Amino acid sequence: MSIILTEAEAKALLQKVLKYSKADECEANILGEERGNLRYARNQVSTSGSLVNQNLSVQSAYGKKVGVATIDEFSDESIERCVRRSEELAQLAPENPEHVGVLDPQTYQKSSGFFESTAAVNADFRADAVMKSLELSRAQNLTAAGFLENQKGYTAMMNSKGLFAYYPSTSVNFTLTVRTPDGKGSGYVARGYSDVKKLDTAAATKIAIQKSLGSVEAKALEPGKYTVILEPTAAIVLLENIYFNFDARSADEGRSFLSKPGGKTKLNEKIVDERVNIYSDPSNPDLPGSPYSGDGQPVNKMSWIEKGVVKNMVYSRYWAQKNNVKPVPFPSNVIMEGGTATMEEMIKSTKQGILVTKLWYIREVDPQTLLLTGLTRDGTFYIENGVIKHPIKNFRFNESPVIMLNNLETLGKPERVVSTESDRNYLIPPMKIREFTFSSLSDAV
Amino acid sequence: MSGMGIGALMLPSVPVIGCTVSAEHLLEPWMDAPAKKKLTEIALNAAKSKGATYTDVRIGRYLQQYLFTREKQVQNIVNAESYGIGIRVIANGTWGFSATSDVTPDGIAKCAATAVEIAKANSKFQKEPVVLAEQKGVGDKTWKTPIVKNAFEIPIREKIDLLMNVNNKALDGGASFVTSNLFFVNEQKYFASSDGSFIDQDIHRIWPTFTVTVTDKAAGKFKTRDAISSPMGMGYEYLDGIAAEKIAGPNGLVGYRNSYDMIEDAVTAAKQAKEKIAAKTVQAGKYDLVLDPNHLGLTIHESVGHPTELDRVLGYEANYAGTSFATLDKWQSKNFAYGSKLVNIVADKTQAQTLGAVGFDDEGVPCKEWDIIKDGILVNYQAIRDQVKIIGEKESHGCCYADNWNSVQFQRMPNISLKPAAEKRSVMDMIKGVEKGIYIIGRGSYSIDQQRYNFQFGGQVFYEIKNGELAGMLDDVAYQSNTQEFWNSCAQLCDKDDYRTFGSFFDGKGQPGQVSAVSHGSSTTRFNGVNVINTGRKI
Repeated sequence: MSIILTEAEAKALLQKVLKYSKADECEANILGEERGNLRYARNQVSTSGSLVNQNLSVQSAYGKKVGVATIDEFSDESIERCVRRSEELAQLAPENPEHVGVLDPQTYQKSSGFFESTAAVNADFRADAVMKSLELSRAQNLTAAGFLENQKGYTAMMNSKGLFAYYPSTSVNFTLTVRTPDGKGSGYVARGYSDVKKLDTAAATKIAIQKSLGSVEAKALEPGKYTVILEPTAAIVLLENIYFNFDARSADEGRSFLSKPGGKTKLNEKIVDERVNIYSDPSNPDLPGSPYSGDGQPVNKMSWIEKGVVKNMVYSRYWAQKNNVKPVPFPSNVIMEGGTATMEEMIKSTKQGILVTKLWYIREVDPQTLLLTGLTRDGTFYIENGVIKHPIKNFRFNESPVIMLNNLETLGKPERVVSTESDRNYLIPPMKIREFTFSSLSDAV
Repeated sequence: MSGMGIGALMLPSVPVIGCTVSAEHLLEPWMDAPAKKKLTEIALNAAKSKGATYTDVRIGRYLQQYLFTREKQVQNIVNAESYGIGIRVIANGTWGFSATSDVTPDGIAKCAATAVEIAKANSKFQKEPVVLAEQKGVGDKTWKTPIVKNAFEIPIREKIDLLMNVNNKALDGGASFVTSNLFFVNEQKYFASSDGSFIDQDIHRIWPTFTVTVTDKAAGKFKTRDAISSPMGMGYEYLDGIAAEKIAGPNGLVGYRNSYDMIEDAVTAAKQAKEKIAAKTVQAGKYDLVLDPNHLGLTIHESVGHPTELDRVLGYEANYAGTSFATLDKWQSKNFAYGSKLVNIVADKTQAQTLGAVGFDDEGVPCKEWDIIKDGILVNYQAIRDQVKIIGEKESHGCCYADNWNSVQFQRMPNISLKPAAEKRSVMDMIKGVEKGIYIIGRGSYSIDQQRYNFQFGGQVFYEIKNGELAGMLDDVAYQSNTQEFWNSCAQLCDKDDYRTFGSFFDGKGQPGQVSAVSHGSSTTRFNGVNVINTGRKI
């Protein structure tokens, strides 16, 4: 049997698992995946690898006593042993006051994240795709370092109340840094897709080459507050910190940027510019996501910020029950609506500003305000009177994405982007922001 | 990258490798060395017969036990085991690697053949053949972390009782919330190479930690204080909290050397988190910084450890972690002043009780100590067998590591430590000499550019120093500097009695990412005239 089970195979396997169960409640999750990668640096391959992985996790519960066991080998004997072990662990465990029972069967929306094209990617495909990129950088006497990784897999779950969920998916991520031989110029590109047919490593490489050559002989600007145009690759590493901190419990407990003086939260309050609309939708064809969460809840279209107002926060089933509200699972994708402006139009309408193509080493400085620090990297440019004048030296910034989205000038057209911090994919627009705080200069190229 | 901070220790993001097993299973003995040797010989022979000119084999059993609690409850206990074999070869002058959990003679032979096939396929990209520094076979060797108490033998109940006690003490002390964790790792790994080395090693690591949160709901404010423990290359004895290993600091503050009192620290943490709520916001400007070893370790890690990794200097990490300002021409000049004359930094894989200490690295090279910065001058890098010729040396430094049997080994940071002062000096002596300064303890927010010039660091607690005395707690503090400027502002060091190690338990590097654990020793150190910013904002 293949590592990647069909829906029918996954169902049959999970039914077998549940048959062994003697506990009050049982829930089983399985996954199978195959990954392949090719890494290169100094214009030649440095490492390559492949990974085949499958896992079964069984959670048994006696009342509020819960035990979990996992295995990576699916023989009948192993499965039975795994179920028994989870039951033994549950019997020994102290009561977990936050345990909520398994869900009844649910209905899930359709989401199509599995592409045969991507599933067919093999070592030869990776080598060819990388060769197309390497030929371009070698031809111009530039130095390339990159990473191409593809994945196909599925997840499935079943519980003792008959709930069943299954979701197959594929993905490919390509990142590339091109440097000039004197080390004075550096350019970057990142691409992530569910369907590998959309990946054009040569076209992507041309962008990194252009930024590498264009960033040579950067001039220093004084640190301070500037209007910035953030390409999606730069913007996402700031914005995703908003999404990571949308947990209702932390807000209720008074330890989140969504907490307010007096013990209340910012739910239904306007926190950013009214043009900001952020939502999730697993059925989006450009960014498909899983239609169910790890505990079996349906993941449906959900608005998080609408016209600048916090519309929903994430509620675990326990916290929702305690507060008598509906649970809201973590989203499987995040999408920010955009505007109509092209990058050219945004640059043209800028009297004085900075084009930021990538941000790096983002760390939270203050969880209370979501103040983040990090640096520009791999191509930062000065804009004057509507044109890019020259490359500039990199800056360190200290800025909160919440303050940033209050200083919004213009939104461009959304595109799929890979976060260089979390490796997650998103759909977000490029954006123009006023008064972005750069606090010091860096000599790094 | 220094991997995950305490704040990032949410359950799903902790790297758990392998399958969960029972706690008892973690104590079951593995196969003996002769049996492992027999299996590695199958791999060595199979690879050679397929055309490999060099082969190394690692059979590994990687054990982890992680415990997570919050307030009055246990959130999760993870007992995990990962077991398999990784085979690395050179064929057609190119590296190839393959790994399998099928540790049977057949599975091993197939895995070796795949490694050779991959090497041959990748050789079409290769411009120069791989050349390894010579390493004579060491024959049959064993090495063990010198632990007193095997953490895996301590009953789970005892560990839970400790964490519940920690949580209760923090809550009694005024904490609104507390999470506490214990991490234990045991790497049982057997290395064999076609050079004739057969090395059996048993490596233990431990990390106890917690985060205390105090909220002021009326004001809408919250502050946290993380444990000032250090991850160590020790057994459960690290948690004995023995008095002789405590270092008395100013105003009743305590530092922990090689023994940690988790309960005492939890009580202090609750008190300090409450103080932070009411602390004065810092006025931005230049200050003399007095940095505690539990803070300075991360600054050493980011601003000296990573930039002196030779693979970064050469461009192998250009697409992710970046390159380095510490270029070969600076090293060749023999006069690049990385820091002031007081700065002596050593790389080391032998110091007892550290995370980096092993007998041999994952290329079978015996471990040692060497200088990186001597009297302020950059004198060397961290290099492994296929790189060391570039810096004109004939022997690898012995700092190659893979985080699991199924990961390929590559250059990883050894312990990188700052030598203490030879003359006698305590923290109190140091503070007495500072007119306008800040005393910083603990690991906070951190960020550094891709060539390691510009950095910004926060901390856990900050005390203002006025005219030689501590003058109360400050908030919203971060310092920004340039690596060379910062190390050249190093003005004074405390002596060996104040020397302690800091550690990074999940240090990340590479694509796909791998973790490693590394220690950084130092005594409290003074840096003059460093730029401090105020990080307070309103949203």
